[in-house]
Amino acid sequence: MEIEQTALPGIGLKHEFTTQSGRRIAVVSHRTGRRDVVVYDRHDPDRACETVKLNDEEADALAELLGAPRIVQRLNDLHREVEGLVSVQLPIGEGSPYAGRPMGQARARTRTGASIVAVVRAGQVHASPSPDFGLAAGDVVVVVGSPESTAAVADILVRG
Amino acid sequence: MHTATIFIELGGIVLALGVLGALALRAGISPIPLYLLAGLAFGKGGILPLATSEDFVAVGAELGVVLLLLTLGLEYNADELVASLRGNARGGLVDLVLNAAPGAVVALLLGWGPVAAVAMAGVTYATSSGITAKVLSDLGWIGNRETPVVLSLLVFEDLTMAMYLPILTAILAGVSLAGGAVTVAIALGAVSVVLVAALRFGRFIEAFVASPNSEVLLLKVVGLALAVAGVAQQLQVSAAVGAFLVGIALSGELAHEARALLMPLRDLFAAVFFVFFGLQTDPGSILPMAGIAAVLAVVSMVTKLATGAYAARRAGVARAGQARAGIALIPRGEFNIVIAGLAVAAGAHPDLGPLAAGYVLILAAFGPLAARLVQPLITLVARRA
Repeated sequence: MEIEQTALPGIGLKHEFTTQSGRRIAVVSHRTGRRDVVVYDRHDPDRACETVKLNDEEADALAELLGAPRIVQRLNDLHREVEGLVSVQLPIGEGSPYAGRPMGQARARTRTGASIVAVVRAGQVHASPSPDFGLAAGDVVVVVGSPESTAAVADILVRG
Repeated sequence: MHTATIFIELGGIVLALGVLGALALRAGISPIPLYLLAGLAFGKGGILPLATSEDFVAVGAELGVVLLLLTLGLEYNADELVASLRGNARGGLVDLVLNAAPGAVVALLLGWGPVAAVAMAGVTYATSSGITAKVLSDLGWIGNRETPVVLSLLVFEDLTMAMYLPILTAILAGVSLAGGAVTVAIALGAVSVVLVAALRFGRFIEAFVASPNSEVLLLKVVGLALAVAGVAQQLQVSAAVGAFLVGIALSGELAHEARALLMPLRDLFAAVFFVFFGLQTDPGSILPMAGIAAVLAVVSMVTKLATGAYAARRAGVARAGQARAGIALIPRGEFNIVIAGLAVAAGAHPDLGPLAAGYVLILAAFGPLAARLVQPLITLVARRA
């Protein structure tokens, strides 16, 4: 996939590409932080037929929504590439002793050697959570390590 | 007592501008033509001539020009200017030749002489980057493929202005041919020195101006711009260019912040500037010029359409986009009036002001309107093709 970058003097930058189905889309990055998502007209590919203006916050939210499944997918790709390394997604159940407690209290890495690399909550990925990140029932914890160590983390999350 | 009258008059003017601005907003047109009309109404020969506040308005107008060009300079950084010069020199030259010619030719045909011809060339040449940027944003054209071409042409025009204004000021000063050449040389030398300094030592200027406190930043930027503008004026380079160069020298985060702080100030004084130009123009003198202004406006529309089409085609944009590029370039506004203002102040030709006023009135109002009206038509044609 080729992304074309164009300078817009006085405004900012434009990145555009064509999807596999033949639609052209672009993101205009204004210097002010505003982001426009632009969809081009099928019949007049030079014209933006739809422009959605996003402020900083909205742009961040959209990026996160688009990026969330990708992070998990990338992790899966990663463990396929590295022999002996797996990433597993462990749900925090209602009965987990760590639901409602900071993640650091599980001392997962110290006890097992595996790392919690992300927490997925309501479709949003919180990458590299800090030890004081509060876990809640319904979260999915992404753990990377050896098959044994990740199994040990699963055990800790269920039984403490 | 005197202050009271000035306040009442000024308040009346600014309030009227506010109401007019609201009307323009509702109608979806640029407020500039309405400001000009307001100036005509308040000025000599108008419906409601004002007298006491004219001195203050005159200074306010000068400030407006300085702030207009300062904020314009802040929009660009030096790299963009250089890149634009490299990539679009050909389109820029076509723009210059096609659009400066109508003004110059008309001035010569009317027998106003070469000095007025140079001024009128500037009046018809420059697109209003302010109005055009607004049209692009309002109509959702920013993402369009022809838009980078349009923006580059605007950058090219602004750079040309930085060279043109000092030349015009020198010519208007009316010195002898040899003396004129020396003045022009000094002016261009000064511009080049400041431009090079801005390109190479911009960060020192930024380091001096930068402040986490917005009050300090505002004072430093405005102070620096006014001081440089004053020195530029002394060197016959025109205050506007000095302010423009200060704007260019500042870039990055600092420039955004400064721009955000300056915007309200600029809007206020720029409006005063348009009123002042209107004040100086006798509405009665526009009527005899109206026919010529209309013809000139039509010719200018055609030449800008041709310019846009040429530049967009070079960038590989299809027909519809070429038409949009041309339409986006039609609006004239602030700089055309700045140029006419300089010429009028120097006493170029008594009819130049009225002609420029009529011309800008038409194109500032009609440009954005044309873009709005023609957009669906272009889309339809593109769909058929």
